[in-house]
Amino acid sequence: MKNEEILEKLKQKHPQAVLGAADRFGYLEIQIAGASIAEVVKTLRDDPEFAFNMLIDLVSIDYSATQGWTGERFALAYLFKSLTLGHRLQLKVTVAEDEPVVPTISEFYANANWLEREAYDQMGVRFARHPNLKRLLNHHEFVGHPLRKDYPITKRQWLSANESLMDEMDVRLKAKGYQ
Amino acid sequence: MGMTGEGFPAVTTRRDAVVAWGQKNSLWPMPFGTACCAIEFMGVAASVFDISRFGAELVRFSPRQADLLLVAGTVTFKQAPILRQIYEQMCEPKWVISMGVCASAGGFYNNYCTVQGIDQVVPWTSIFPAVRPGPKPSWRRS
Repeated sequence: MKNEEILEKLKQKHPQAVLGAADRFGYLEIQIAGASIAEVVKTLRDDPEFAFNMLIDLVSIDYSATQGWTGERFALAYLFKSLTLGHRLQLKVTVAEDEPVVPTISEFYANANWLEREAYDQMGVRFARHPNLKRLLNHHEFVGHPLRKDYPITKRQWLSANESLMDEMDVRLKAKGYQ
Repeated sequence: MGMTGEGFPAVTTRRDAVVAWGQKNSLWPMPFGTACCAIEFMGVAASVFDISRFGAELVRFSPRQADLLLVAGTVTFKQAPILRQIYEQMCEPKWVISMGVCASAGGFYNNYCTVQGIDQVVPWTSIFPAVRPGPKPSWRRS
């Protein structure tokens, strides 16, 4: 589908969720209300005309150091691609600083589980109903979120002991039927 | 050591000296490879540079059997306790080589997640401070 057709169809399906759209050098960007991201993503994946079966990336953005910025501090960009139809799409969700919570989409895309954990770890955006919202890259004794613009880049934090990770192992063993 | 002088082909020495001589001339390295310097360690061990000329061809992947810990690559704070534990599992006498500038001083990773030199975690005896030093500095006395 062409960009305009994708936008029109999504507006028909979710009139309340679509807040705006922009053309980023030929890449369609649609602004979505944060509370309805999960149902929009479900439509994009399951509707045969959209068929966005691949989540390429989930990026968190901190606008607090941007000159002249008046919007919300954080934003999330979801990048999708349809392997069967070939079209691409970017969803953008703004996230407020005092309540940085967005519904999870990890039930629709398996890789969103770790991408959301990374966004939580590095930027402090939380994802409601995420099955395992723990830090992914930094260690578990780390305090703060290092990709926020107000985190001092050379502030280092020592780790006293590694996690055992047996809690995650138990979940995987159970899922594979070994326990 | 001393030779006996009556035509009898024998060498007298102490057992400790023989063991120390053997340990000195057959270092068993264990690579702690975390980044591109681990690729250079392959060059050190492979036939062109050939670490076996120094009796060190037997690469061990268990710290309990190794004498020489080769830390090759960037060490993050998440990995620092692992490196410390591996160092403590090695038997005495033991040596550490910090290979490359990332392991030695953090390199250009002057950020929140990289240990600025593994001397903060384990005592090293030898360093090659260069970005991807290549196999050659492994032969130099430092």
